[in-house]
Amino acid sequence: MQKKLNQKAWFLVLPVFLLVAFSAIIPLMTVVNYSVQDSFGNNEFYWVGTEWFVEILNSERFHSALGRQLLFSGIILVIEIPLGIWIALRMPKKGWGASLCLVLMALPLLIPWNVVGTIWQIFARADIGLLGHTLASLGIDYNYTQSAFSAWFTVIIMDVWHWTSLVVLLCYAGLSSIPNAFYQAAKIDGASRWAVFRYIQFPKMKRVLMIAVLLRFMDSFMIYTEPFVVTGGGPGNATTFLSIDLVKMAIGQFDLGPAAAFSLVYFLIVLLMSWVFYTVMTASDAEANK
Amino acid sequence: MTLLRRIRITPTLYIIFLMLPIYWLLTMALKTNAEILGGFSLWPENPTLANFKTILTDASWYNGYINSTIYVVLNTVISLIVALPAAYAFSRYRFMGDKHLFFWLLSNRMAPPAVFVLPFFQLYSSIGLFDTHLAVALAHTLFNVPLAVWILEGFMSGVPKEIDETAQIDGYSFGSFFLRIFTPMIASGIGVAAFFCFMFSWVELLIARTLTSVDAKPIAAVMTRTVSASGLDWGVLAAAGVLTIVPGAIVIWFVRNHIAKGFALGRV
Repeated sequence: MQKKLNQKAWFLVLPVFLLVAFSAIIPLMTVVNYSVQDSFGNNEFYWVGTEWFVEILNSERFHSALGRQLLFSGIILVIEIPLGIWIALRMPKKGWGASLCLVLMALPLLIPWNVVGTIWQIFARADIGLLGHTLASLGIDYNYTQSAFSAWFTVIIMDVWHWTSLVVLLCYAGLSSIPNAFYQAAKIDGASRWAVFRYIQFPKMKRVLMIAVLLRFMDSFMIYTEPFVVTGGGPGNATTFLSIDLVKMAIGQFDLGPAAAFSLVYFLIVLLMSWVFYTVMTASDAEANK
Repeated sequence: MTLLRRIRITPTLYIIFLMLPIYWLLTMALKTNAEILGGFSLWPENPTLANFKTILTDASWYNGYINSTIYVVLNTVISLIVALPAAYAFSRYRFMGDKHLFFWLLSNRMAPPAVFVLPFFQLYSSIGLFDTHLAVALAHTLFNVPLAVWILEGFMSGVPKEIDETAQIDGYSFGSFFLRIFTPMIASGIGVAAFFCFMFSWVELLIARTLTSVDAKPIAAVMTRTVSASGLDWGVLAAAGVLTIVPGAIVIWFVRNHIAKGFALGRV
């Protein structure tokens, strides 16, 4: 659609601009302010320049938290995206079965995040939990409060449980926009199952898949509440992801300067990645609209 | 018939996987603490509603649900009111800096809440809004307004521009055109946007917990405190968890026909 040039449109955007500026720019400036100053308490601050940034960027703690975070987000994407596509392909296309599937699958998405943590905490405990008890009675040494591997396993399966439905719903939306005539034509041509997927279904899903990858990457990169409730970042620091580490630093230890520098570096990483995704997405949109 | 069954087996297995932990939470909620810790059983031997009764009769518990509902509804209303005109502007006009503005809005959806915890606490304390429902509602607009704009823009772009022009020729002012003709046309989009605002405000805990202490404490925060204070009251904790799932389930039921399109942000 050709859009008209109209500078007065700014008046329509102004309320959003002011509201988001209030809740984004003011807090962000506070963070910037802290990141370049140090304090001995009593609200006395002095300028330290880039000291905190140098400290954070060179700290072992930040590197290992970032490493764990990247590993976690990577594993999440590798599991959830193919699984989501596969389930969406196998879902009933219409009727009450489809509605029932959609409602049941969307349910985990609307559970408060700390309750998700609580559910899995209960579910995975070796003494009272179904999963923990089953694994223990199979003779598997599973205890997410003591073994790092068990903790990772729990956190990952929890995230798969929580968020795969988002990928399924997105792919399902993409698939249901394909007219039936496409499938009939493929059938007449004798196309294989793989060819139907490769040349009909996948191109239609590409756009929503991009949104799915973007959302799943961002949200897993910012994950805080669920692993915090289940493992508290432990055992040791095994599941201390970036957000958990940051909150520990800012609220727990009240290291305002380093925490602020940490925040800015963290935000910049997320922003850079989302800018790349967004650019790729809009570029392929423009191509599709040609 | 066998073919039909084979096709459906994957979604069925997946849904069983989704439901198992929820089932486990429900059985916990129906057991007494003695039964939970006493031995392992797949279903409650003597189902009891005592845990639910504890929550529904104790003000410190059920006020949590009321507080959460108030700020979630407040947030949804605020987000939609400011997002509607903005989404219209983005879907219909080009203006100075529109693309940058749109990306800047989206970038707030991608901001880690952990980054904003401390500054939000100081900001809302200094303007005297700390521990009010309004503070949480305003803080949640940080990620809900951009999302609402994004979703609504997708739906609005699906409405042909000729409608606007015809209404203008028929002598409608912009305001009455927008409220009486345009808004009803994107009603499903508004429903979907409201659903998402509700959802993300309902599930968020970190910011809501930081901005409240007593008067506006959300249910999620009430739950965390009880765990640490009274040791491990698994039964009541599970019952509280079950009750937090109910509003979500109700909302999903209402939007079930639009949910797939909604998750694709109106852009399929």
